[in-house]
Amino acid sequence: MFARTDELRTLRDTVRRAARERIAPRARAADAAAELDGEVVALCWDLGLMTLTFPAEHGGAERDQGTALCLAVEEIARHCASSALLLIIQAVGSFPILHGGRPELLRRLLPRMVENRELAAYLVTEPSAGSDVGAIRTTATRDGGEWVLSGTKCFATNGALASVYAVLARTSPAGGSAGLSFFLVERGAPGLSVGKVEKKLGQRGSNTAEVILDGVRVPAENLLGAEGEGFLLSMKDFDMSRPAVGAQALGIAEGAFGEMVRYARERRTFGKPLCEHQMIQQIIADSATLIEASRGLVYGAARLFDEGRRNTKLASMAKVFASDAAMKITTDAIQVFGGYGYMQDYPVERMFRDAKLTQIFEGANQIQRLVIAREILKEAA
Amino acid sequence: MFQLTEEQQSVVEMVRRVAAQEIAPRARELDEKSLFPDHAGRIFAELGLLNPLLPAEYGGSGMGMLTTVLVIEEVARACASTALLLIAQSDGMLPILHGGSAELKARTLGRLGGGSRLLTALAATEPTAGSDLLAMKTRAVRRGDEYVIDGQKCFITNGSVADILVVYAYTAPDRGAKGISAFVVEKGTPGLSYGRNESKMGMRGSVNSELFFEGMRVPAANRVGEEGGGFANLLQTLSMNRTFCAAQAVGIGQGALDAAIAHARERVQFGKPIAHLAVIQSMVADMAAAVESSRLLTRKAAALFDQGDARQGALYGGMAKTLASDTAMRVTTDAVQVLGGYGYMKDHGVERMMRDAKLTQIYTGTNQITRIVTGRALLAR
Repeated sequence: MFARTDELRTLRDTVRRAARERIAPRARAADAAAELDGEVVALCWDLGLMTLTFPAEHGGAERDQGTALCLAVEEIARHCASSALLLIIQAVGSFPILHGGRPELLRRLLPRMVENRELAAYLVTEPSAGSDVGAIRTTATRDGGEWVLSGTKCFATNGALASVYAVLARTSPAGGSAGLSFFLVERGAPGLSVGKVEKKLGQRGSNTAEVILDGVRVPAENLLGAEGEGFLLSMKDFDMSRPAVGAQALGIAEGAFGEMVRYARERRTFGKPLCEHQMIQQIIADSATLIEASRGLVYGAARLFDEGRRNTKLASMAKVFASDAAMKITTDAIQVFGGYGYMQDYPVERMFRDAKLTQIFEGANQIQRLVIAREILKEAA
Repeated sequence: MFQLTEEQQSVVEMVRRVAAQEIAPRARELDEKSLFPDHAGRIFAELGLLNPLLPAEYGGSGMGMLTTVLVIEEVARACASTALLLIAQSDGMLPILHGGSAELKARTLGRLGGGSRLLTALAATEPTAGSDLLAMKTRAVRRGDEYVIDGQKCFITNGSVADILVVYAYTAPDRGAKGISAFVVEKGTPGLSYGRNESKMGMRGSVNSELFFEGMRVPAANRVGEEGGGFANLLQTLSMNRTFCAAQAVGIGQGALDAAIAHARERVQFGKPIAHLAVIQSMVADMAAAVESSRLLTRKAAALFDQGDARQGALYGGMAKTLASDTAMRVTTDAVQVLGGYGYMKDHGVERMMRDAKLTQIYTGTNQITRIVTGRALLAR
């Protein structure tokens, strides 16, 4: 139903099998080690998942890229949210390049990224600019044929590991979200350094780092999109990424749900299986209902994106609903496991920790609700 | 409604000061390294807070339930694991106080008074007997003046550090609830051995141990009360313990609310502190209302016990446990949300509170069980 073409079904089935057989067994170790798992990165490149949103000639899906990304993310997140985050961030970090880079730049860069299996990162958030993107202080100043970038970016997924960065910087002193532009910055650029690597509650198998730009020089052609239109580009990126975050939350919820049902069928209390107790059945029913509703929103938003239609409202709804659902379902999954669920021998506590990030990143849920309301009021006007 | 006495007020102030100076600064390290709060145990012993319910005749401070609940809340506000040490200590002491012979009380409780640092624990849960305690498999067989105990326990808080354990076992397996007896077991008793301490998601500064009993011989004089009286004795302690758990949850919720308010006043987004945003104000209002109502219900339960109405105390304690732990889970989850990306990082403490909060929904009866217990009591009237 949601994998609506043969291509999408094949992709889903391939990823489902690979995730179950090759990613699931590694998830706990990646969480404990708090490091990105190189084997999973290699697997995702092998399967073509790191370039799903690239042009088809550079390894992208022929069509329905938004849905393809969501399906791959969902299937992986069932077993390992950190690995699913890898796909999301590759798509998010590449987006300003793919949609703002000039053709010569893309012809030079994309084959190299594919050949060398390079990771992309998205440098937007700053210590004092989280939800408020307009507060960005990183500057890009024109100097002859070059731009000079200075500032500090934080909470960048793959920040310490990426080869290419999409950096949002201020090109005009005009305040707020006007006057921001995206730039392509490469890892080796003098003046670019990696700062603090964060210790996180969950999604610990992903890398989150501070990246410092100190007078980093890039050629004029590295300006992505038009000068001053960076904010707009980031909004379009959200139209793709928010359904994908919803898909990640959906996958986490499905993973926890699968564990919950399996355990409820196995564990016996008061002389019968746990799943025969009404209290547990209520939890199972509510969880399943939330999952089905999340799925509808996620793939509805992805389909609009693929059809080139405005999906901002649905994308935010998918992100809010699926992430809140994932938080509730993972919290309840631990509850079904009781004391065992609280122990690190069982995967549900990791899923609970992982789920929380989906309520926060790519726009906190409080911001999403404002976006949804704004879209509705625009329609009503 | 709960006008604290001058004495209670001064206890609260003392504990708050000690918690801020000695307990809060160590909370992160205890969590990170899974360290038992020995330092806090020493401080509690010096201040007469380690056994707040121990009657004066045994050298205790006999503070009463309400004062005990105030102490637990203040400690949990700084560090939930440290509060759990206190709760587990009372859990190990109360069964002896309630059911022990005069001789057993003098011999065991007499060693807990007057600055004693001895630790106690209650051992009931088994791998296949969690919510369903009657499913326990540990057996105690009478041999002359002794009982021989065989079996195992799990998830026992303070288990491997306790000097005095109260162990529940079947003396008459065919008699169900009337076939369980309780025994005082001293550390070092031959046949008592310790399995692993669990690796948990939260409350990582508390010790949860596996205990093994292999032909463990315990003097008949160490039996707590009559043969077959163990289950009633256990329920009596659990009924009080739920009020302690509620107080701990209130403290966790208050700690998270404190952190959310402090952050909201400092963090500037959209040109002003986020404390000026209606969305944040509304979250803080809901959090505060939930914490305050949990606090009142918890204190009401404690006051009922102090008034000698253990039955009503147990009823309200069960309600308080369910409400306060669900509140703590929601408030900590929302506190992470108020802190946004920062909240997800280990540097800021609220992610620890969120992990800690989850256990309060599980231990001393999962919230599914506590709801059923409360519902039945109300419906049976």
